[in-house]
Amino acid sequence: MPVLELNNVSGGYGEVDILHGVSLQIARGELVVVIGPNGAGKSTAMKAVFGLLRLSGGTINLDGEDITGMEPAQVVRKGVCYVPQTNNVFPTLSVEENLEMGAYIREDDFRPRLQEIYQIFPPLREKRKQKVGFLSGGQRQMVAMGKALMLEPRILLLDEPTAGLSPIYRNQIFDIVKEINDSGIPILMVEQNAKQSLAVADRGYVLVDGQNRTDGKGLDLLNDPEIAEMFLGG
Amino acid sequence: MDFINFYFLPGIVLGSIYALGAIGVSLVFGILRFANFSHGELMLIGAYITYSLLHFTGLHPLAVLPIAMIFTGVVALGIDHVFYRPFRTSKATIVIVASFGVALMARSAVQIIWGVDPVSYSPGQIQKPIVLFDSLRIFSKHIWIVSCAIVLMLTIHVILTYTKTGKAMRAMSDSTELARLTGIETEKIVRATWLLGAALAASAGVFLAWDTHLHTMMGFYMLLPMFAAAILGGIGQPYGAMVGGLVIGLAEELSSYPWIGGEPLLPPAYKGGVAFAVMVMMLIWRPSGLFRGRVF
Amino acid sequence: MDSSQAYGYFLYFVSLMTMGGIYAIMSLGLNIQWGFTGLFNVGIAGFFAIGAYVAALLTTAESAYHLGGFGLPVAVGLIAAMAVTGVISWLVGLLCIRLRSDYLAIATIGIGEIFRLILKNEIWATNGARGISKIPLPFETLAEPWNKICFMLLVLGIVTLLYFMIERARLAPWGRLMTAIRENEHSARAAGKNVERFRIEAFIFGSVLMGLAGGLTAHYMKFIGPGATEPLTTTFLVWVMLIAGGSGNNRGAILGAFLMWAIWSFSEVLTGRLPPELAIKAAYFRIFLIGLLLQVVLQRYAGGILPERRLASVIPDHGTSK
Repeated sequence: MPVLELNNVSGGYGEVDILHGVSLQIARGELVVVIGPNGAGKSTAMKAVFGLLRLSGGTINLDGEDITGMEPAQVVRKGVCYVPQTNNVFPTLSVEENLEMGAYIREDDFRPRLQEIYQIFPPLREKRKQKVGFLSGGQRQMVAMGKALMLEPRILLLDEPTAGLSPIYRNQIFDIVKEINDSGIPILMVEQNAKQSLAVADRGYVLVDGQNRTDGKGLDLLNDPEIAEMFLGG
Repeated sequence: MDFINFYFLPGIVLGSIYALGAIGVSLVFGILRFANFSHGELMLIGAYITYSLLHFTGLHPLAVLPIAMIFTGVVALGIDHVFYRPFRTSKATIVIVASFGVALMARSAVQIIWGVDPVSYSPGQIQKPIVLFDSLRIFSKHIWIVSCAIVLMLTIHVILTYTKTGKAMRAMSDSTELARLTGIETEKIVRATWLLGAALAASAGVFLAWDTHLHTMMGFYMLLPMFAAAILGGIGQPYGAMVGGLVIGLAEELSSYPWIGGEPLLPPAYKGGVAFAVMVMMLIWRPSGLFRGRVF
Repeated sequence: MDSSQAYGYFLYFVSLMTMGGIYAIMSLGLNIQWGFTGLFNVGIAGFFAIGAYVAALLTTAESAYHLGGFGLPVAVGLIAAMAVTGVISWLVGLLCIRLRSDYLAIATIGIGEIFRLILKNEIWATNGARGISKIPLPFETLAEPWNKICFMLLVLGIVTLLYFMIERARLAPWGRLMTAIRENEHSARAAGKNVERFRIEAFIFGSVLMGLAGGLTAHYMKFIGPGATEPLTTTFLVWVMLIAGGSGNNRGAILGAFLMWAIWSFSEVLTGRLPPELAIKAAYFRIFLIGLLLQVVLQRYAGGILPERRLASVIPDHGTSK
């Protein structure tokens, strides 16, 4: 049974539908990447999972449980953590406070987890007392991901984690994503950077105009000439 | 010495009172994202409840202050539930209109219950100042007011820095959307904000009434200085609001000091305009405030 | 009902229509600011008072008690009232218009406050709390009740004229753009429109009408005192009028003004018959109920009696991306 499953999901904002029947599946331990041209509905599909969208059709299941149309607060409590592309940290809070907020719904002591997060993102330990607003883009992204990981989520949703980052940070983030996934957390990631993301992914989905275009193993997609022509710049 | 006795010390007292009110304005503005035009009326309610409590118990204002703070907090929760909650997802401007209406209703309710004539916490009593170093004249109630204000502000500092709810308040002030995605119960944080803001407003109202006297327009007259202090400090920055309050209070009192020649720099009758002038200058020079708050 | 009683009712009706008309002018002014453009003005009383005092000082005969007394014609006084309010609102607009409505609201309260302080303290100019009396009433030479009737017709004429003017402006690109700015400032800006300039225009236009209403009131009452700047009644009544009548709809603004003024005036007559002790409390209870009415309208009938009729936007809607 897949951890997360979107079945034929349609919906959008206001009157207009952006998704016209998108289906995605993420199995246990998988790293799945969604790529597609601008406006294809990649981020929108992710927001649909998180109850941030008006849905007009389809269902969303988490470990077989129907979570279609749940409020964001409930979805978090189900163990789904989501890192938006922008506005994903609290800039006036310190690094440690951001991570602590990530553990907001934890009842138990979060400090052991905090140490684990610092292991994954060593620069954050150094800057733990600093306000996140003063950090670089790459470090902010680390805070955002670390904050989401504080819950030890059943699945992690990442919306373009490398957007706007320098190549060095980009590689670093991809390495960390892989590392997190290797630790057993399934990840659904939306990316502009098709080449690099398909290279680390188990599987990939290609969305076009709010619909599934194709899907397959990461490397197969990477070697598919049609996909290459569409997104990978030849 | 006149400068300290008649201008500087009163400025500090008034500034502390403004600061207490401005913290609430700033918190509500930051977390609920609207300028609450009924904040002055929360002060009014706190001050009048205290008046009645004093009347029935004969105790000291500071003894009944905690009860007044809690009562005002509960009133604020009720007001939020009935009048603001329905607009949680609406445009902020609608909520401002609603808060404007709430201000009017709250004030007329006070006027119906307590009447419109000014009243005093200690009618007929004239306090003698304590004289230090032969020339420094301090009123004991001023010492009480300023020290209580400091204690309250330290309490706020502790809540915002060290408690989970306090940190969540600051987080929500940064981004309501992200707070929700993080699993923070935003409605609980909103309630905490009202409780804190209203309790501080009540204390500000009681201190002002204790220092001078109590009348039903007090809340309205306080609105401008409190907003000015909140903007000066930076919206959503409680520490900024504290500094802003002190600056506005001092500026109002010092504006009538005879800096040049023997005449007051500004006729005392125009003190009320100082807050506005400071605010306007701030809006031109640096709308985000001294402490880099949010600009909408 | 004998004839003198009927005459009394008739005069009451005339005064109701006159004051209702004056409030309709302010309600239309607020409709331009809030209804069309989304500008939050809580200083209506301030602009009203500016207009009232300018008109009063210019048109009264010379007096030892206050500034001016230029004995100018009423029309000149009214035009000056509008001009001065216009300049002051332009200055306020320059300061605050680019910030969100909350700041403008706070600033308009500030203007009202400063003006109240000036009126109270600059006794040489304004005669302080005693106010300015013997302000000429237009058509004063006519016999009662014709002078009152003529003034009512003048006010109603102005309301009608303004209605057609503003209605034209609303349907013109200018008005459509205002709505576009209110609805989606971002796309208006993206379409290359100078949002600030249009907002200031709307703010001035609205404030000028409030100044005009102030001037008319000064003439009608023949007296103006600092009580006129009482922030509650004037500002708040106009807000309730517009919201209840239908924000964004000119007819709604006018209807709301007459309706609310009638309710306000009737309830005053009713509470006036109570014993004095109760009458004072009843006066505040009236304000409480008006506040409650506003809340009910906001929550249950957000559009008011005559809701806004939406026009097609002149700016292509970009929609929300992604």
